[in-house]
Amino acid sequence: MRKVGVRTGEGGDANQWLKGDAEMVLQRVLKCALVVSSALVMLSVTAVAQQIGNPTNQQGIFPPRGTFVIRNARIVTVSGADIESGSVVIRDGKIEAVGATVNAPSGAQTIEGRGLSVYPGMIDAGTNMGLVEVPQGANGTVDTSEVGEFNPNSRAIIAVNPHSAHIGVTRVEGITNVLSAPTGGLISGQATFINLLGTTPKEMAVVPNAALVINYPRLGGGGGGGFGGFQQQFNLAEALTAGERQLDQIRKMLRDAEAYGRSRDAYAKDNSLPRPDLNVMLEALVPYVRAQMPVIFRADREAEIRGAIKFADEMKLKPIILGGDDAWKVASLLKEKNVPVIITGIFGLPNREDDAYDVQYENAAKLQEAGVRYCISSGDPGMEARNLPLYAGMASAYGLSKADALKAVTLYPAQIMNVSDRLGSIEVGKMANLVVTDGDLLEIRTHIRYLFIDGREVPLTSRHTELNDAFKNRK
Amino acid sequence: MRRFIARLLLLSFVTTLPLGVIRAQTRAENPTATLIRNATVLTITHGVLTNADVLIKNGKIAGVGKGLKPSANARVIDGTNKYVMPGIIDCHSHSMLDTINEGTLAVTSMVRTRDVINPTDVDLYRELAGGVTTLNLLHGSANPIGGLNTVVKIKYGRPADEFIFPGAMPGIKFALGENVKRSSNPNLPGVTRRYPNTRMGVEETIREAFSKARDYKKGWDEYRAAVAKGEKNLIAPRRDLQLEPLVEVLEGKRYVHAHCYIASEILMLIGIADEFGFKIKTFQHVLEGYKVAKEIAAHGAGASTFADSWAYKIEAYDAIPYNTAIMTRAGVVVSVNSDSDERARRLNIEAAKAMHWGDLTEEQALKLITINPAIQLGIQDRVGSIEVGKDADLAIWNGHPFSVYSRVDTTLIDGDIFFDRQQDLSRRADLAKERATLEQADPNKAPVQGQVPGAPRRRPRGHEDDDVWEGDRP
Repeated sequence: MRKVGVRTGEGGDANQWLKGDAEMVLQRVLKCALVVSSALVMLSVTAVAQQIGNPTNQQGIFPPRGTFVIRNARIVTVSGADIESGSVVIRDGKIEAVGATVNAPSGAQTIEGRGLSVYPGMIDAGTNMGLVEVPQGANGTVDTSEVGEFNPNSRAIIAVNPHSAHIGVTRVEGITNVLSAPTGGLISGQATFINLLGTTPKEMAVVPNAALVINYPRLGGGGGGGFGGFQQQFNLAEALTAGERQLDQIRKMLRDAEAYGRSRDAYAKDNSLPRPDLNVMLEALVPYVRAQMPVIFRADREAEIRGAIKFADEMKLKPIILGGDDAWKVASLLKEKNVPVIITGIFGLPNREDDAYDVQYENAAKLQEAGVRYCISSGDPGMEARNLPLYAGMASAYGLSKADALKAVTLYPAQIMNVSDRLGSIEVGKMANLVVTDGDLLEIRTHIRYLFIDGREVPLTSRHTELNDAFKNRK
Repeated sequence: MRRFIARLLLLSFVTTLPLGVIRAQTRAENPTATLIRNATVLTITHGVLTNADVLIKNGKIAGVGKGLKPSANARVIDGTNKYVMPGIIDCHSHSMLDTINEGTLAVTSMVRTRDVINPTDVDLYRELAGGVTTLNLLHGSANPIGGLNTVVKIKYGRPADEFIFPGAMPGIKFALGENVKRSSNPNLPGVTRRYPNTRMGVEETIREAFSKARDYKKGWDEYRAAVAKGEKNLIAPRRDLQLEPLVEVLEGKRYVHAHCYIASEILMLIGIADEFGFKIKTFQHVLEGYKVAKEIAAHGAGASTFADSWAYKIEAYDAIPYNTAIMTRAGVVVSVNSDSDERARRLNIEAAKAMHWGDLTEEQALKLITINPAIQLGIQDRVGSIEVGKDADLAIWNGHPFSVYSRVDTTLIDGDIFFDRQQDLSRRADLAKERATLEQADPNKAPVQGQVPGAPRRRPRGHEDDDVWEGDRP
């Protein structure tokens, strides 16, 4: 008698992150044999990859959780009013106290915060952080996209590289958390929500398997081409049917997963029923088709966003739109269906020749005004995710209030990724992911002075600070 | 076919209409005098003036100071709570170029970007909306010695000829490293690899070209000397359009803008230039410039770089955002460029990054996008600072240009308004109406019920000269 292991996609418990079942392990071993043989072939390539990375992280720095009190600082709680001069107490990885006056525990390390501001760490919900180091010319460092169209069981948390130099470079700018998502095919795989600190994926994981990622079929395939699509001369009718066909394939797989989940549960209750064959792909999809976990649809254009909402409605999923260039055009529907948007394209050029010059800059302000749930992300693979505050700043230059711009990179992404019980604001009991600055967090001239992730004080060093130190005084 | 024509019609309407509007405004409504009153003026060369005025007459800056008096018919712009800075100069752009790379040969000094400029590229308008007024249009980086550059002012709405920046130093694009080696190009069966394939070959290619150019120059010098001496019946050397620009480089009449990344190739090019007796005017990108900053300074070269674009390929893996500051402190004239129609719209923030990473002063950082690129293009007497007598190329911001919360209200070139946010906003309803009318027109109706094929026009993010390979793919 075998019991089919349940691999939930639900996060929360980082210890759950690697649990699989015997069959899957066996299959993995077989797959591994293949991987190992091809790995040998690739050895010369990966040798390059292994030399590169974050020297700071490679020394194995994973500082212990400490007890800290930051005093006399301006505290920007985000969820509530600012405290012009107050304290924050950090202990056991959590925010223990916050207020104008607090009792500091004895033995706490004191950080004088006069003239400084304390913010919650920023969150970038649109990256491939740790899945790619050098996208061009170093294929051995690229782990974003699996072979084939359907890979619901490929999980970012498995491949995310804690020693990627991108991680140190990003966090020292005050970004403490990211969603790292796979990119390929139609069903890309499962994204992971991580702390930007840790020497193993397990140490980094906040929600190991945080969302399923689906590339909503694009009309005419990969886009590109000139105005009206002249350059590629595509056949419109054919393109439409191709899109419908792809959507049908996704639909069928999700329905199969529903049925699979039902028969699996039925068998668990009553072992006299026929035992369903294990199917690792469908197994991975169960929590998503049951709307226990969100499904991220990559969709930028109006038709794609509407299509994704309709599809999610039909399949009773819990959708999130990633990209959302045209989201402002779909605002009322997004609001009506309560579908959140992770905006990635604020710095993108307008998609159409006759779009207003600021159409992408204004997207966030329009969604805010319409009452749509949204957050701002970099949409960057990882190396330039550090620019996240600048995206929010640009959205604010074009209509978003400063307070909302800040929420758009802190509390809003936490809410959308369903981690606002732990992250996104400065509140007692939340994870101590905090940034201490000498000014407005979103302003480019501001410097980060202290950084805490999971209650650990993180040194403000990165591959970049180390190269700077090595060369800045060369005579 | 009919559908194709219909779309073509729509395209031509949509692209020409806003242009028409702008043309009408810039020509008819621009008076000869303008006074910007009571603003914070970032002069670049003479500090920051508060509650100051800038007076413009006949396209030039006629006065900077307090209490300036406008002439009777002058346009007055209220600068209260606003910031005025010189128009931003982008020292590395591929905007308005219909094509970027002539990559079939290793040396293409005979081709000119001037021949492929398209004044209707809408990205020009978007760049004006970011306060940019001058662009250095460069050939791509497909070959060690590329084509000739064109320096333009973004006179969007005017004919191509009016874009050309008169008196700018002629330039040429060189390139080193991965792009030249064609590292990202697939090695297709049946296709001969173009030489060079290594950084050794890149050096040899440039050395050979300059050896030939030196010989060619010698031939002409001897011929001219003989003519001057009155010798008769001489046959002039055969004119060589490929070598001519290189002779101009040798004679200091043409600036070299050299795309490069890693320290060794930077030193290599300095070595060749020193040997042949010419100067590299700017190293472009120069992401490892910080490793050899003193050598760059000693050669007298400038550097035009960016804060980002690290790790997108191997040769960019050691790039650091402190590069700008380290080179500046070593005495190099540094600018920050875009190499991207997208990034060009926010060069103010790109420059401010040098205050965040590397702690440059505000004045040093402002120079990165104003007077320093002007020096690098030989136009520092015309633009790059707010001084009496200089061209009235200005960007007016609603806050400090180094704040992420600021945006451009108005951009002027030669005293004429080429971007104005209020005008832009007030036109939008009309444009939307126009578009709706056009879409309803019979030939423009959507071919399929309910859905018009999207018009994806997603440009690659950045690194445009890397991405476009033309002419040599089978």
